[in-house]
Amino acid sequence: MQPGSPGEDQARTTTLEAFADTIIPGEKRSPDDRAIAGVASGGGAVVCGALEVLNDPATGITEGLAYLAESLNGHAEAYAAEHGLEPDSTVPPFVSLSYEHRAALVQRLVAPGNPERDGWVLLALFSNMAFDCAPHLHTGEAIAAGHPGLLAMGFAKPDEDGLWRFPDYSYNRPLANLHPDTIESGSLG
Amino acid sequence: MTATESTDVLVVGSGFGGAIAAYHLSAGGARVVVLERGPWLEGKDFDHDYLLGSSYTKVFDFVAGEGMSILGGNCVGGGSVVYFAALPRAPRFIFERQGSIGRRMWPASIDRDALDPWYDRVAEAIPSRPQTWNDVSYPGGLWAACCNNAGHTANPVPVGIDTAKCTNCNWMMAGCRFDAKRSLLFNYLPAAIAHGTQIRPLHEVQHLTRNEDGGYRVHYSVVDDEDYRVHTGGGTIDAKIVILAAGAGATPVILQRSEQHLGTMPHGVGRYFSGNGERLFTAAMNEDRVRDVLGLSRPDGRAYEAFQIGKGPTVACWDYLDAARAEFDRFSLEQLYFPPGLGTILAQAPGVTSGPSWFGLEKKKFLEKWKSWLIIFQMTEDNNEGVFGPPPPTGNAYRISQQMLGRGPLRYEPTPQTLRGWELADQACRDILERDGLSTGEPWTNDVVGAYTVHPLSSCRIGDDPATSALDDRHELRNHPGIFVTDGSSVPCGLTVNPAMTIAALAERSMPGIVHAAQERGISVTYGAPSPDGSTNGRRGVTRLVPTLVPD
Repeated sequence: MQPGSPGEDQARTTTLEAFADTIIPGEKRSPDDRAIAGVASGGGAVVCGALEVLNDPATGITEGLAYLAESLNGHAEAYAAEHGLEPDSTVPPFVSLSYEHRAALVQRLVAPGNPERDGWVLLALFSNMAFDCAPHLHTGEAIAAGHPGLLAMGFAKPDEDGLWRFPDYSYNRPLANLHPDTIESGSLG
Repeated sequence: MTATESTDVLVVGSGFGGAIAAYHLSAGGARVVVLERGPWLEGKDFDHDYLLGSSYTKVFDFVAGEGMSILGGNCVGGGSVVYFAALPRAPRFIFERQGSIGRRMWPASIDRDALDPWYDRVAEAIPSRPQTWNDVSYPGGLWAACCNNAGHTANPVPVGIDTAKCTNCNWMMAGCRFDAKRSLLFNYLPAAIAHGTQIRPLHEVQHLTRNEDGGYRVHYSVVDDEDYRVHTGGGTIDAKIVILAAGAGATPVILQRSEQHLGTMPHGVGRYFSGNGERLFTAAMNEDRVRDVLGLSRPDGRAYEAFQIGKGPTVACWDYLDAARAEFDRFSLEQLYFPPGLGTILAQAPGVTSGPSWFGLEKKKFLEKWKSWLIIFQMTEDNNEGVFGPPPPTGNAYRISQQMLGRGPLRYEPTPQTLRGWELADQACRDILERDGLSTGEPWTNDVVGAYTVHPLSSCRIGDDPATSALDDRHELRNHPGIFVTDGSSVPCGLTVNPAMTIAALAERSMPGIVHAAQERGISVTYGAPSPDGSTNGRRGVTRLVPTLVPD
């Protein structure tokens, strides 16, 4: 992200956080949290590190974030006008939308056939990943630090050497009949 | 740019098609160089880590097209390093498929009986073996029990895994840390290296030109080992024979880019792509019903909660692989683990009637049931709809991320036949999984990155008809003698099962003909190497077939 004025940076961050919260919603960080809509309990994509992921140049999306945030707010303004929603000039237009309206707008942006959907799909992809695989952190360290997404999913802890092993892995008994055409190799004949 | 080197045989790619070719040709006496666009990693390098830049993102290529996205290997060993090592043979009826061309798609010389001796060679080399029920991990056992509950059979799938070493960690898509998966790093590739094959990682072939002596010049870029968007150099190598095995998502792109130098490509180059009819279905199991209806429980008392445990796919239902069913109505249903990120984004929360199902509040609730997920991998008969558009400037995609993610030129518009196959497979999944309240589930959405395949096929396929196949039945590119294709692009159609075994068997079968072609170009090489470990049963099994695979 190219640095802008502090106000622009803040608006951009808030907008992108609101987008990430639309993908995997979470609870507000504080009562005056506007970016997070607060429709879900527990941590969502934002506290899982969505902005850290998006700002990692390895993703290839970082350079486009300023454009995407600005464009998202443009779409939000149009959406609000279309639906006769009261503007709230204290926050960026996308942030001013309710969760339901944010979700409806994002659905429209990522829909097949929208020629500019690629950027929105990428934003959604990396926001989702922040929650369910924390690609900005070593996985073992993320779990040890209580990463809310991996914890919510019930991702198991690794062994002490940082590797996963599951010695208890099988019901250890036949659970169906084999296909009658099965041959010695294990394939169908 | 360095001076042009020369070799007898240049192999592009080090997956099944490339490794098998490199082994047989170098064992037979040819000088072989393999150019592999991905890095060269081995056991200790394979991380249990989703961090960007770990082996998990280095060894993959995820290329989003229009209507179809491809997940493929990007490392020495290719797909064998990242795959789930499921090695079933294609059902007998597959070889009779006609698709939409009104006649058999496979060459007349190939049917299941003709391919079985070559399957045997591969099974000996890797090796592949059936699993016992004690090898079957919880998700596979659960799937078997669900199938049984619905009156179906279910089979532990044959795999190339040393189960004594396997820890059921389910990280095998990032490469196997415990050397349990018998990838090509343990058989064909070390044997090829022992016979003098040179493997050069991070060398991405861009195009070919023809030399006056009838050979080819292979033009490559050298890729940065961290940021694949960066090329650090390049060069050329002359070869008398070129074997393309860059994968079905890349081989046709190299040929398209070469067309301006080599002349018109056969019509089948970059057409008839098949995603192996693949589609995924994710269900969240009702743990109480799993215990009450199926009678399953783990030693700690839980019924299941074991989605994360295992080794990819372990059990498949093959009841719908019935030759009596119409073409496009046949499919297999295979339990599969797909890790977070790639395996979660497209899953849809069940029962959503309004609002988004693949993201949002309901999706989050679905993710919170992740331990109780069961993913079923549908492999159907698609209609070879995929077409590659103009090639990107380099590689097979416009790279977005430093590793893994790119945008490619493949376009795939599923026809009614393909859509019908998916619908029937969805119905079968629901019938088995939702019976008796066992679970609720949905297929993955095709609205985000299109359909999704981990088994790209057919984009440069073999056949008897020049109008619908790029290669003859010896895998030589039509009208371009000395260029062969031995990877998944050569497979004529979707197989309804995991295709690695068939790709490898076809590559094995192509070797006598390629060796013959090499001899005709003055290369001192013979066919007849044993299995990479020295075993000879497989060789004995194909001996009588070898004369039929070289021209009179």
